[in-house]
Amino acid sequence: MSTQSWRPSAGIITLQARAKLIQKIRQFFIEREVLEVETPLVSHHTVTDPYLESLQCQLTADSSPLYLQTSPEYHMKRLLAAGSGSIFQICKNFRVDEQGRIHNPEFTLLEWYRVGFTHHDLMDEMDAFLQLILQQGAAQRLTYQAVFLKYLEIDPLSISGQALADYALKHGINDPGLDAHKDDWLMLLFSQLIEPKLQAVTFIYDYPASQAALAKINADNLAVCDRFEVYAGGVELANGFHELTDAAEQRQRFVDNQAKRKQQQQFVPALDAHFLTALEHGLPACAGVALGVDRLVMLALQQTNLASVLSFDFQRA
Amino acid sequence: MATYSTNQFKGGLKIIIDGNPCSIVENEFVKPGKGQAFSRVKIRNLLNGRVIEKTYKSGESVEAADVVECELEYLYSDGEFWHFMDKASFEQVAVSKSALGDTHKWLKENDPYQVTLWNDEAIAVEPPNFVELKVAQTDPGLKGDTAQGGSKPATLETGAVVRVPLFIEEGELLKVDTRNGDYVSRAKG
Repeated sequence: MSTQSWRPSAGIITLQARAKLIQKIRQFFIEREVLEVETPLVSHHTVTDPYLESLQCQLTADSSPLYLQTSPEYHMKRLLAAGSGSIFQICKNFRVDEQGRIHNPEFTLLEWYRVGFTHHDLMDEMDAFLQLILQQGAAQRLTYQAVFLKYLEIDPLSISGQALADYALKHGINDPGLDAHKDDWLMLLFSQLIEPKLQAVTFIYDYPASQAALAKINADNLAVCDRFEVYAGGVELANGFHELTDAAEQRQRFVDNQAKRKQQQQFVPALDAHFLTALEHGLPACAGVALGVDRLVMLALQQTNLASVLSFDFQRA
Repeated sequence: MATYSTNQFKGGLKIIIDGNPCSIVENEFVKPGKGQAFSRVKIRNLLNGRVIEKTYKSGESVEAADVVECELEYLYSDGEFWHFMDKASFEQVAVSKSALGDTHKWLKENDPYQVTLWNDEAIAVEPPNFVELKVAQTDPGLKGDTAQGGSKPATLETGAVVRVPLFIEEGELLKVDTRNGDYVSRAKG
């Protein structure tokens, strides 16, 4: 342990600039009359996503496990189902084993939901938000298919998993054991070969239906879903959906997730009954997005790693 | 068999890739928001110095390489092997020509060298950043001759050829930077 490791990983001037940016974020939503909410960080349930691991904890030694949230999504949707109207939240989240230059196991998200918005409406609002915070011009928008065609000359919707594996090998990326799983390959190629090129603020939308997560399938094209992501400075900044409101379909996606986790020999969480019952009760038509605040601050302050904008990164926590 | 998980990866870690001992140069954690996490690592093959990139699924294990670096003193060559010794334990290590590589031109008896051992066999030898070597041969410098930018070639006692200022004469002891092969100064003998 170095004698300097008690010190913050961010400079005090950076922390002052960070505080100003957080104020600006709040002001943006206050002006638009979006309600600020707080939801639990500790929950009896957790997500079934195949690639998200939550930290477990216990109140007492013999009580059932509790989970630190990986995102506030389910609680916020329960508020929406209960009639909250449009809401936003800035909160901490926790994800196991996510550590690196732009990952910290404990991180801050800005999540907001707009009742009556489609994901295109939400992209418009997000664009205005990012112009304000990052002091940059309007974002470019590309479909998932267009961005693959532009940078890799591949059609992500029609190509096979095996063809993606061959393409990767030609570009110096070995098969880390993905076999021919198409979505895993698409995500790996995107992160390695496309993401670094997305320096200006870019919205990617119309994701493959197989990567819908909690988004609606597109009404006009069943091959894609109403999901978007935002990239800037070569970094994934935000993920948004035109939210799935169909409780039966949501339940089926969770069951599919559970099956995938079981097959991958991972811990299989129970379904979150509160969340599914809220959907059955009725989630208003809405669009929502989650944005990594630490990454946003990093880009706004022209830094290159998260530690330099966190008071104490995980190593010093 | 000792192994390392990807979440232990960091610069300098020694691992076995395709049967070869390698050192991790750089490790990048990659995690698409909704996707599988990966480690993208730059790895130097310690046998041939080549750097490659490799991708692992997060949580995977890789065999650890039993690689140690130690400071050994150069003793002598028998023509086939170059012999080094640990000054503390007096243990000797024989180094092959291929493991020695370019370092042969900086070898001076009784000087310390950084020797990399893999399963107790020497696979690489690094010279100190600076060595002091005697000039074995150089032409006399001509006064006022600056056509060559004021320097001339000199062959050192180990066979290395370096460019030196015109005033350097045969038999002088020079300080040389082994990283770029540049003359630094006359050594205070």
